[in-house]
Amino acid sequence: MSTLSTDSVVLPEDQGSSLWQDAWIKLSKNRLALFGLGVLVFLIIVSLLTPLIAPYGYEEQNLDMGATAPSLQHWLGTDIFGRDMLTRIMYGGRVSLMVGFIATAVALVIGILWGAIAGFYGGRLDAVMMRIVDVLYALPFMIFIILLMVVFGRNILLLFLAIGAVEWLTMARIVRSQVMSLRNQEFVEAAHSLGLSQWTIIRRHLIPNTLGPVIVYTTLTIPSVMLLEAFLSFLGLGIQPPESSWGLLINYGVETMEEFPWLLIFPGIALSLTLFALNFLGDGLRDALDPRTSKD
Amino acid sequence: MYRFALGRLLQAIPVLLMVITVTFFLVHSAPGGPFSADKAVPPEVIKALEEQYNLNQPVWKQYVSYLGDVLQGDFGPSFKYSGRTVNELIAAGLPITAELAFYAMLVALSVGITAGVAAAMRPNTLQDYVPMTGAMIGICMPSFLLGPLLVLVFGIHLDWLPVSGWGDLPGDKILPSITLGTGYAAYIARLSRGGMLEVLSQDYIRTARAKGLSERLIVVKHALRGGLIPVVAFLGPAFAGLLAGSFVVETIFQIPGLGRFYVQAAFNRDYTLILGMTIFLSTLIILFNLLSDMLAIWLNPKLRHEIEGAK
Repeated sequence: MSTLSTDSVVLPEDQGSSLWQDAWIKLSKNRLALFGLGVLVFLIIVSLLTPLIAPYGYEEQNLDMGATAPSLQHWLGTDIFGRDMLTRIMYGGRVSLMVGFIATAVALVIGILWGAIAGFYGGRLDAVMMRIVDVLYALPFMIFIILLMVVFGRNILLLFLAIGAVEWLTMARIVRSQVMSLRNQEFVEAAHSLGLSQWTIIRRHLIPNTLGPVIVYTTLTIPSVMLLEAFLSFLGLGIQPPESSWGLLINYGVETMEEFPWLLIFPGIALSLTLFALNFLGDGLRDALDPRTSKD
Repeated sequence: MYRFALGRLLQAIPVLLMVITVTFFLVHSAPGGPFSADKAVPPEVIKALEEQYNLNQPVWKQYVSYLGDVLQGDFGPSFKYSGRTVNELIAAGLPITAELAFYAMLVALSVGITAGVAAAMRPNTLQDYVPMTGAMIGICMPSFLLGPLLVLVFGIHLDWLPVSGWGDLPGDKILPSITLGTGYAAYIARLSRGGMLEVLSQDYIRTARAKGLSERLIVVKHALRGGLIPVVAFLGPAFAGLLAGSFVVETIFQIPGLGRFYVQAAFNRDYTLILGMTIFLSTLIILFNLLSDMLAIWLNPKLRHEIEGAK
């Protein structure tokens, strides 16, 4: 009995580790994906260290100086209040990345649980749960998020929840189809015969095996969430001052772009470069983890 | 097929009812009355306004009467634009937004399909890398960044094109259409490349090649129909995206369309306008999703058989 139990536990892990090694070898050959990974790691480190390494204080104004072009003292120039743009972009990036990660995490948790439960139990429960997903898919969510922000005030926590609540649908579909193809395999049967509870089987054996597609989709969800946040902040319906985000900085930059174009261009580069990096990383991971799908 | 279409159409009805109900109660649960943002208004004026807008009745009564009005296509008066109804405002904005969306779609489809098909014909060559890198840049360059940059370059520095308005000056429709269309051109390029690559590796294309048809004829006559199915399926979501994108583009270029009304209504807390426009836009989006699904099924014999077989 004990040998059987170790077998059934080790087997999926064995497959998993070789899959990860394969994937890493493929990924490390993809220069664009590595570039994306590098940018992401760099951004995360900078965001974590921002309060320590930012060249100026977040609120530090110099009204006499006003907006200045990039210089040795202010690498990316200053805004109309004489605030250092590099500092503001660093703090804005913290918020943008945080929205990206937290909202994606919300989507991830709801999507994985929903999809795994629907896929595992199948039958009528599955039909009902996926019907709900279908119905929600038909709703125009962009409009709903704006409505939520209008009705309940522009609250950053609500923004996380609203965006996360939109993005979980595709995740649920992906996980469900994965779980459905896994649930009749032998290692799951073995787990059943060991008397493991259904919840343990879902948690320990099914969800870990859906990780590949989930990681790929997560990597692609983060940039789309960041884009959504920037879109709302640009309209003035997302992040509110004194908080700052790249979308908000772009919004301010547009107002003064005729005289001070760098106030638009630098936050724009920061946002575009990040989206670029994350998309390339996602594409690279997709190619690495799933040989069947090429980039479409 | 028809039965399937009818079924989908019937399914849209509860979805729409849900949209109406949820938006209605969301808007009514908004903290602070619709008139509280204004300066001190005499109580008798507030009372008169409340009576005019039925606000003194219990919420469920308001809901029932609103639902009845909406089903007859009447969205009621606007809160902030006094004397104008939501219907009038939608009617004023819709043609402009529809025209903008149409031109943007034209940009997206012509540029996107050309780039995607060209890339798929010579995969992993320069003819593939250049348009696909361009597509990636297009995806990562959101409209609210691209629009101002285009204005800065073509409107202000080169002074070739007007920087705002719609139909007032010659050429003022060019920059907004490009701004709105570019992101979708990029998606469509990626989708059509993927679709074409898959189709071009199929047996019936090999047959066509064996018959000695020219590559051009193979693509135009045989491959496009199958290869563009992903693009057709994307049209519904793209339409929803174009409407949302028009919020930004109409704000940047000061175009008096639906998107600008919606954003202004959001800032003004013009509740009836927001409610009416949400329901109206949702209906449009749901209908377009339906249409693009039907079109994709009609184009794809495999799916058609599945549906007809499933009956």
